[in-house]
Amino acid sequence: MNIVLELYGLIAIGATALAITRTIPVHGLLYLVVSLLALACMFDELGAPFAAMLEIIVYAGAIIVLFVFVVMMINLGQPDQLREKGWFAGGAWIGPGVIAALLMGLLVYGTQRSTMAVGTAGTPIGPQQVGLTLYGPYILTVELSSFLLLAGLVSAYHIGRRIGGKS
Amino acid sequence: MLGIIRTIWMTFLHMFHRNETVQYPDVKPYLSPRYRGRIVLTRDPGGEERCVACNLCAAACPVDCISLQKGEREGRWYPEFFQINFSRCIFCGFCEEACPTYAIQLTPDFEMSEYVRQNLVYEKEDLLISGPGKVHDYSFYNVSGLKIPGKNKGEAENEAKPVDIHALMP
Amino acid sequence: MMSIIWPILVIVVTVFGVLGVAAVSTMLERRLLGVFQDRPGPNRVGPFGLFQVIADAMKMLFKQDWIPPFADKPVFLIAPIIGFLAVLLCFGVVPITPIWSVAGNLNVGLLFIFGMLGLGVYSVVLAGWSSNNKYALLGGMRAAAQMISYEVFMGLSVMGVVMAAGSFSIRDIVDAQTNCWFIIPQFLGAVIFFLAGVAETHRLPFDFPEGENEIGAGFHTEYSGMKFGMFYLAEYAGVALSSALVTTLYLGGWHGPLLPPFLWFAIKVFLLICFYILLRAALPRPRYDQLMSFGWKVLLPLSLLNILVTGAVVLLRAGV
Repeated sequence: MNIVLELYGLIAIGATALAITRTIPVHGLLYLVVSLLALACMFDELGAPFAAMLEIIVYAGAIIVLFVFVVMMINLGQPDQLREKGWFAGGAWIGPGVIAALLMGLLVYGTQRSTMAVGTAGTPIGPQQVGLTLYGPYILTVELSSFLLLAGLVSAYHIGRRIGGKS
Repeated sequence: MLGIIRTIWMTFLHMFHRNETVQYPDVKPYLSPRYRGRIVLTRDPGGEERCVACNLCAAACPVDCISLQKGEREGRWYPEFFQINFSRCIFCGFCEEACPTYAIQLTPDFEMSEYVRQNLVYEKEDLLISGPGKVHDYSFYNVSGLKIPGKNKGEAENEAKPVDIHALMP
Repeated sequence: MMSIIWPILVIVVTVFGVLGVAAVSTMLERRLLGVFQDRPGPNRVGPFGLFQVIADAMKMLFKQDWIPPFADKPVFLIAPIIGFLAVLLCFGVVPITPIWSVAGNLNVGLLFIFGMLGLGVYSVVLAGWSSNNKYALLGGMRAAAQMISYEVFMGLSVMGVVMAAGSFSIRDIVDAQTNCWFIIPQFLGAVIFFLAGVAETHRLPFDFPEGENEIGAGFHTEYSGMKFGMFYLAEYAGVALSSALVTTLYLGGWHGPLLPPFLWFAIKVFLLICFYILLRAALPRPRYDQLMSFGWKVLLPLSLLNILVTGAVVLLRAGV
């Protein structure tokens, strides 16, 4: 029934693996975009088109573009690639591998125990329901994240101010 | 802000203006007779070459595109060869002004492109035309005091008889 | 059987229709610029110069397609494809007539368009990065900053319409305009949306990513042949898309008296494309920092104000 969903999942996993192993940062970021798009497709397949679109707009369309922007600005060259190649050798894998395996185990354990219904129930959840839920039961979260955004805005304004008078 | 909208509006109004373009190969623009285009060498009313190979045009030319060699035939001077390199010529018309005999003239014709650059060097045969050009009844030898076969000294138009310096009478 | 063939037919016709509109609008632009500048424009090939489109396409196809040796080849290759696909995909959710649209009913249609526009940024940025050329890089960076910021204002300005219509589905938005086009209650939003659309398609006067007199040709400096052609087509398809969006969101889509729906849609889109070209003919390019500060200091507060007022009015109407 859900071959499409599993296909998206495989694409996401493969793209993420490639994103980790690329030595050229921009290529890695591109694979990350592919992974995020696959994730968005999975959301849509599971009946959450609003979340899928937000995933594309916010992550793929804005955040990763900023990553690419920064990578472009700092102008990485050949020496950085060689250094990155060195990181893949030998023991550098062990620490992240163990932590990722732990996380994976926890996730599997959690999903096994969870009693919540897993999507694919049929009716897609439209933006209206999402909005009602956000501003109903989850209003506190929304307000807290708005604090966070305000703090980000203020600090960005503080960093971006003109130093030394003369506007 | 208002300025931007006004600019847009005025540009829009240009939609209703007349086209300024002349559809050139289909519609030829009018060129006046004194237009400075392709250079020609003219002949006098008698059909002889007007050019007397005085080299004034070559001297006046700011880009040195004219070269010629003087030759002589029966007392008349003429250019043995006369070359104008049109790839250098700037069509300033100084040669026409310098010419004492109205031989070299600029014509209202500018369509002279070539595929081979060498072909832009025009020889005398290319430059000579069969008529008198813009000045119809001027012939240098008819007004100058030079003696040529068929015209002795003092026989030119408006020319007094030569003074006999050996005579005593006034 | 019909249920399979009909969608495929709609998709194929829409794709080729968009390509045709993009190709013809290159021609339209050159003729109209001529008209605005008191000259005829290209008129030598065929009747009224109409075959100039075909001649240009042939030229693009048969030109040498050169990939510079210093370029990052795979990224260099996919950059124009991304841009082109993103614009084409957007047309999928634009309802052209009540019966003719690929996925006009998509309940997050508007968000889908913003997502695709966001992905379209990659085309320009990656083109600039992979060319390994200073001017291209500068163009790409300008494009990234400009398009991301203007997408914010674009999204915020549309929220007024979304609130008034109560849906993200573009078809619902069109249906909500049966009696009154949204350009009347949402005039401010329409203006901001249009300006953001100009910046988003990086058309003149906001064509900083390719500002010829400063940075060569910007992000497509190193592109040639059909890859350049794709950028070119994507730009004009983007103009058509932006016009179609303004039509559907603010000018009532296919609604209009007497004429059939498709004709109304086509007329509105055509007039908007002409207005785009008029802007190009009339206005000079501002400075880059002027563009950015105009966006963040003028358009952002205005669009937030628009949301605030619209929200208040919607709540008042609902009688809360």
